Amino acid sequence: MKEYEKVCIVCPVGCRLTITEDSNSNNGYRVEGNNCPRGEKYGIKEVTNPTRVLTTTVKISGAHHDRIPVISSDGLPKKKLFECMEIINDVNIVAPIKAGDVIVEDILDTGVDIVASRSMDKQ
Amino acid sequence: MLNYDIVVIGGGPAGLAAAIEAKKNGINNILIIERDKELGGILQQCIHNGFGLHVFKEELTGPGYAEKFINELKSLNIEYKLDTMVLDITEDKMISAINTEDGFMEIKAEAVVLAMGCRERPRGALSIPGTRPAGVFTAGTAQRFINMEGYMVGKKVVILGSGDIGLIMARRLTLEGAEVKAVAELMSYSGGLTRNIVQCLDDFDIPLLLSHTVVDIKGKDRVEGVVIAKVDENKKPIPGTEKLYECDTLLLSVGLIPENELSSGAGIELDSTTNGPKVNESMETNIEGIFACGNVVHVHDLVDYVTEESIRAGRNAAKFIKKELKKDSHTINTKAKDGIRYIIPHEIRVENLDNTLDMFMRVTDVYRDAKLVIKADGEIVREIKKKHLAPGEMERIKIPVKDIKNNNISNITVEVQGKVK
Repeated sequence: MKEYEKVCIVCPVGCRLTITEDSNSNNGYRVEGNNCPRGEKYGIKEVTNPTRVLTTTVKISGAHHDRIPVISSDGLPKKKLFECMEIINDVNIVAPIKAGDVIVEDILDTGVDIVASRSMDKQ
Repeated sequence: MLNYDIVVIGGGPAGLAAAIEAKKNGINNILIIERDKELGGILQQCIHNGFGLHVFKEELTGPGYAEKFINELKSLNIEYKLDTMVLDITEDKMISAINTEDGFMEIKAEAVVLAMGCRERPRGALSIPGTRPAGVFTAGTAQRFINMEGYMVGKKVVILGSGDIGLIMARRLTLEGAEVKAVAELMSYSGGLTRNIVQCLDDFDIPLLLSHTVVDIKGKDRVEGVVIAKVDENKKPIPGTEKLYECDTLLLSVGLIPENELSSGAGIELDSTTNGPKVNESMETNIEGIFACGNVVHVHDLVDYVTEESIRAGRNAAKFIKKELKKDSHTINTKAKDGIRYIIPHEIRVENLDNTLDMFMRVTDVYRDAKLVIKADGEIVREIKKKHLAPGEMERIKIPVKDIKNNNISNITVEVQGKVK
């Protein structure tokens, strides 16, 4: 029976979760140490498919800065973050860009887009 | 000479929210003065998400949060000057400013809102021994270089200070290909949010060295390494625990100081704990008609609270112009007691409160299962249970005005009751 120790990051309290494989439970895991239902959900996701929202920058020309910030439209699998960075670092875009514009569509077939998190006018 | 009803110094989140709110309250002649080449302030370099959960009920990036306010400001036709430096403010609200287009300007304001934000504590404020090579940056400077200007600051990095900026930069540098060797923290706990320790350090196996500090910096032209030692309960390095970390870069994330050179010049009274102006319920300083809000008053950890506080400053600056702000009122003083470092506001003119009294404060230590006890002239008026209290997380208390209005209270105190973790 596998057991995992995780710190919940849903809110500032930071509950220490113990997640145990449990075939008797509805979702296959038993979560202990959480003070609220959100902790249970987080704990199970964290041991089955941990994801993180990725924020970084992309090269832009024709704007008042040389970089524009971007964000993933949803959580990306934790294991794929560095692979995503490689793709994003090769992208060059040109101003004007509007906040929410898709910069990389469906990155690494994850179904998640990389979008601009701000607008930049043409200079 | 230029004339405005309200001049806002600083176009970051505080200045934007104050100007927008003043305009919505019927003041048309407003000017924002910003020294950078665009509005938005430090939010523009904070490209991570997590902003706006309280104000917009969604997770935005810093630039995304700023853009909402900048768009609103533009749609309200509020005037602003970029690339403009304010040199001086006088007690009678005369502002000297300079830029390359208008040259030297003298601006007369009926009311001023100070929203200059804060600065990072630099190496010089820490007295770390060692040589003075290139490669020592404050975390925020490195953040601007990487996120806005596209320069990488180094390949092997040690970070001193585990506040949120230090943690966020540890992740950012790692994603961009640098190796972050360690984050050292003088205190026995991190000043950052738990979620940031998990997402920024644990995710990338970056060690967090609590009760450790940098005792030496090596290198002639460029940083070649830093020596980290364990500290005792008095924060003094313990001899024999020194360890050399080879690196080319040291980031300092060791605190922020409200930027109040202009305020001091105008004769505004500062609080020696917050390093910001003493303010009343309307976010007004000791000089009538000069208001202050955001990180220039006290360092916030959530921009949402900056916005909230600045809306209050903007609304009251508008009231001041319209002569609706009451000067003669029963006044209550606030006092930070056991376990509380400071309380904002310092003074409350009861007549100017609408429905609730909002107080912001920070605790001195980490507490578990504690309570905040609010007393009026020594009598308990409210107790608020808290599972968790930490110096890194600002507390906000709202007290209904009816609880304090009809009494002749002269002091409100707040204290923590509970165990230090």
